[in-house]
Amino acid sequence: MAPVIPRSGDAIFASVERVNAELFTLTYGAIVRQLLTDLEEVEEVNKQLDQMGYNIGIRLVDEFLAKSNVSRCIDFKETAEVIAKVGFKMFLGVTASVSNWDADGTCCSIILEDNPLVDFVELPDTCQGLYYCNVLSGVIRGALEMVSMKTEVTWVRDMLRGDDAFELQVKLLKQVPEEYPYKDDE
Amino acid sequence: MAAIYSLYIINKSGGLIFYKDYGSAGRMDTNDSLRVASLWHSMHAISQQLSPVAGCSGIELLEADTFDLHCFQSLTGTKFFVVCEPGTQHMEGLLKAMYELYTDYVLKNPFYEMEMPIRKSG
Repeated sequence: MAPVIPRSGDAIFASVERVNAELFTLTYGAIVRQLLTDLEEVEEVNKQLDQMGYNIGIRLVDEFLAKSNVSRCIDFKETAEVIAKVGFKMFLGVTASVSNWDADGTCCSIILEDNPLVDFVELPDTCQGLYYCNVLSGVIRGALEMVSMKTEVTWVRDMLRGDDAFELQVKLLKQVPEEYPYKDDE
Repeated sequence: MAAIYSLYIINKSGGLIFYKDYGSAGRMDTNDSLRVASLWHSMHAISQQLSPVAGCSGIELLEADTFDLHCFQSLTGTKFFVVCEPGTQHMEGLLKAMYELYTDYVLKNPFYEMEMPIRKSG
């Protein structure tokens, strides 16, 4: 079987159907606004956004794997690079960078200079604890869980709170490969 | 003329989520198709353990006298396999195309529950 060459983020981004960026940004903004009205507590909204992201991530990962032809990553470093370069490019049209690796290679930061979700957004004083883009942390967590990696994804820097970039810390907790349970009857 | 007898999609726990036969050669009743699916799931998993080479990802092709079985497993554990006439070409391409269609039409359907049988309408 001929080896399949992984496609670059740009190539896939150009070939999939896209929606208007402003429509996307405004729809997301409407969702967050509605969640704030319904749930009132900023912490609840953060949790709900993460859960929504998780539900998106578990389905998104198959689309990502089908369209990008990436093969199994050798280690977590490669995984993070693929998420930042191919994943973000393919779905959001922006490239992220990976840095701040820890000594074991299990924790890194994904930095986004440009984030289409936050165009036109300003956080009012009443929503200071809000992680507006928390859906992204859920997406990454959900997607990685479907490929046997349990991770914890948190926001380190958030431009809506005054920092200079968006930085997500992705920490690999456990690799849980699917094992055929033949040892169960012993 | 090379022909496909049947198509199966199984979820990561081995349950059949989609089955379609083309023509009477591949036809099976529901119970049999469920059995074939779980049997294949087990064989696929066992083959990974039996492999003398580390990092084996399971059976990709089974050739028998009267049929060939091509299997594709995604990195998320979903398996797509097709039973066809011996010598049928381009089945890997077919399976990859099916994977893309699965991601575009099944997973993006908000009413589709993950790991559940795919309901075809019309």
